[in-house]
Amino acid sequence: MSQQSANNKMVIKLVAIVIGMFGFGFALVPLYDVFCDVTGINGKTEGTAAVYQSVEIDESREVTVEFITRTNSGMPWEFRAETKRVKVHPGELNTVSFYVRNPASSNIVAQAIPSVSPGMAALYLNKTECFCFNQQPLDAGSEAYMPMQFYVDPQLPEEITFFTLQYTLYDVTARASDLTTTPNPFMASTPSTGE
Amino acid sequence: MSKATEVISPDTTAPHDEHAHHEHEHHDHIPKGITRWLFTTNHKDIGTLYLWFAFIMFLVGGAMAMVIRAELFQPGLQIVEPNFFNQMTTVHGLIMVFGAVMPAFTGLANWLIPMMIGAPDMALPRMNNWSFWILPGAFLILLSSLFMEGGGPAFGWTFYAPLSTTYSGDSTALFVFSVHIMGISSIMGAINVIVTIFNMRAPGMTWMKMPLFVWTWLITAFLLIAVMPVLAGAVTMVLTDKFFGTSFFDAAGGGDPVMFQHIFWFFGHPEVYIMILPAFGIISQIVPTFSRKQLFGYASMVYATASIALLSFVVWAHHMFTTGMPVYMEMFFMFATMLISVPTGVKVFNWVATMWRGSLSFEMPMMFAIAFIVLFTIGGLSGLMLAITPVDFQYHDTYFVVAHFHYVLVTGAVFSIMAAVYYWLPKWTGKMYDTTLAKWHFWCSLVSVNVLFFPMHFVGLAGMPRRIPDYALQFADFNKWISVGGFAFGLSQLIFLALLIKACKKQGEAVSAQVWDGAEGLEWEIPSPAPYHTFETPPVVK
Ligand code: HEM
Ligand SMILES: [Cu+2]
Repeated sequence: MSQQSANNKMVIKLVAIVIGMFGFGFALVPLYDVFCDVTGINGKTEGTAAVYQSVEIDESREVTVEFITRTNSGMPWEFRAETKRVKVHPGELNTVSFYVRNPASSNIVAQAIPSVSPGMAALYLNKTECFCFNQQPLDAGSEAYMPMQFYVDPQLPEEITFFTLQYTLYDVTARASDLTTTPNPFMASTPSTGE
Repeated sequence: MSKATEVISPDTTAPHDEHAHHEHEHHDHIPKGITRWLFTTNHKDIGTLYLWFAFIMFLVGGAMAMVIRAELFQPGLQIVEPNFFNQMTTVHGLIMVFGAVMPAFTGLANWLIPMMIGAPDMALPRMNNWSFWILPGAFLILLSSLFMEGGGPAFGWTFYAPLSTTYSGDSTALFVFSVHIMGISSIMGAINVIVTIFNMRAPGMTWMKMPLFVWTWLITAFLLIAVMPVLAGAVTMVLTDKFFGTSFFDAAGGGDPVMFQHIFWFFGHPEVYIMILPAFGIISQIVPTFSRKQLFGYASMVYATASIALLSFVVWAHHMFTTGMPVYMEMFFMFATMLISVPTGVKVFNWVATMWRGSLSFEMPMMFAIAFIVLFTIGGLSGLMLAITPVDFQYHDTYFVVAHFHYVLVTGAVFSIMAAVYYWLPKWTGKMYDTTLAKWHFWCSLVSVNVLFFPMHFVGLAGMPRRIPDYALQFADFNKWISVGGFAFGLSQLIFLALLIKACKKQGEAVSAQVWDGAEGLEWEIPSPAPYHTFETPPVVK
């Protein structure tokens, strides 16, 4: 029956489209990340350390970087930036510090998620050291200072003179329980930059 | 032109050749009892099943809307718990979209497409049976989740993460499962429609002779197979985020909750066109009949439908203007969205031009069609207002959006379905329905639906947020009216129910094959009621 086989052929093609589109739904996940990385529109910074090497310092202009902290709902930590804002020359290496305290009666592991606004600036913010690269455990009742070292790429477009880096702290204890909870070397229990 | 279909031998009763003779055996033999409906592969039976199922879901979803409007009759919390209120808005939306509007269109497709293109049945009758019969299961699962401890889904029909992941109950698993089944059902339905239209057209039924209902459904079916799988992906990701520790939408694990909205609306915007393109087809069938003129601009209707379908893939982020997109993306989605109203405007223009200087008569289907044209256009205009990005910052998530989509979906999609039922019902039953009841149904619905939805524009502009069980005092008067309109609209549908029951009991005057004196097309060439088997030998279309 030719009608039958024509139908079958068509069904196979259509099912292939369906399966393809199901795959496409999942492919949107990496595509989304790639798209955001390339365009910088999501304000996400790199998840790994940048290398600071032979970067020219642009003394001619200054950029203001502001730091905002918040904790996700249900996350009991106290979290604040020791430095609220700094003026930096593009290319120059800076260190700022964040204070955390775990007031809860249990040990908690945290993950900080950065977000830059305007998003474009994220492409030019290079971190050589950041507490956000790793999960950060803190025992019940203790406190710590977490350093973050960064420089602004001298390629930063002229029109950006000011940007904000926000960290949101998430409680990832449940997720982290099977991981080792050895303290991170970045964590210092004394202030590194005092205030 | 679609209406230029002249039938040489509409084979319905008299078999001519050997082949037809063979088929004659089960010609007049209609199976009896419940097994007829359970095991049927007949496109007309399945169409009827879909339509009744859709109507029952319409009443169930409507009952939920009554709960919502009862709670909102006064400010303050009086009748239901906020969590239950949220379940009502969520399940109302899901049932109306996936249980009422979409199955009703599929039912119409089943009944009409084979008759319109001169095919004996759908191409894949067994799959047709399956695609219907998994639906009641899906909705039983969804409805039963309401009775679980902690209640059913309460995160809105859009199930945004993290509401559906972090903050939802265990019943989310049932929600995901039921959406999967609904998706599979409509994908199977869509595949069937496409294969039928491609392979089963009668000789001479060329592409540009196809009735517009067939065209719009063909394009809808392609939209369905393109985006229902994406919805399936989205619910799957919600499921694994919630129960299996993935973090697609969880920032703490490297995911992104905003990405959920992108994926959802990549499905969601084409979905709204899935719910309106077949309506465009229906109106394009009805208006020429009662204007006694050919449809104005047949080809432009086809192209407009296709361009709406294509454009619908690049406008999704107009649902997300307030999520913090960069300005140039806001601009892109704003202009792309406005662009869609051009082909939509072409359609409205063509319908009006068809009526222009026609010899109009105002039978029930035409009344609903005209109401559709006027009221759908109001919904399109509020859509245009919402498409203006800076303005949407004020309107977003207010009752203005609720007013917009109820105008396009209730007075648009639902009215078109009613128009279709009033148009083709005599063909299905062979009897004219009770036109007095029909008039009551029309006028009660028309008045109440506007009392129900029009004031929502104003409370929305004044800032009343959507999806809340309580509201500020200054909205009290308007909400009272809205609720009154809501109850009246709900009750009006009982008139429709009575009419349909009477019609199914085959009461009323017998109708001719053509039924309406201006009606053209293959389905009007076969006797009324349409025999159980039609076009076993294909007609020749000139
Ligand atoms: C001229 C055509 C249209 C335009 C310009 C338009 C524009 C929009 C915009 C901008 C929104 C988002 C509003 C917001 O959330 O702030 C929206 C929401 C919506 N539109 Fe339309 N629309 C159009 C036609 C339609 C049609 C034909 C349908 C369905 C048949 C539809 C169904 C919806 C629905 C269901 C929502 C709300 C979804 C939700 O948030 O729950 N629209 N529309
Ligand atoms: Cu949309």
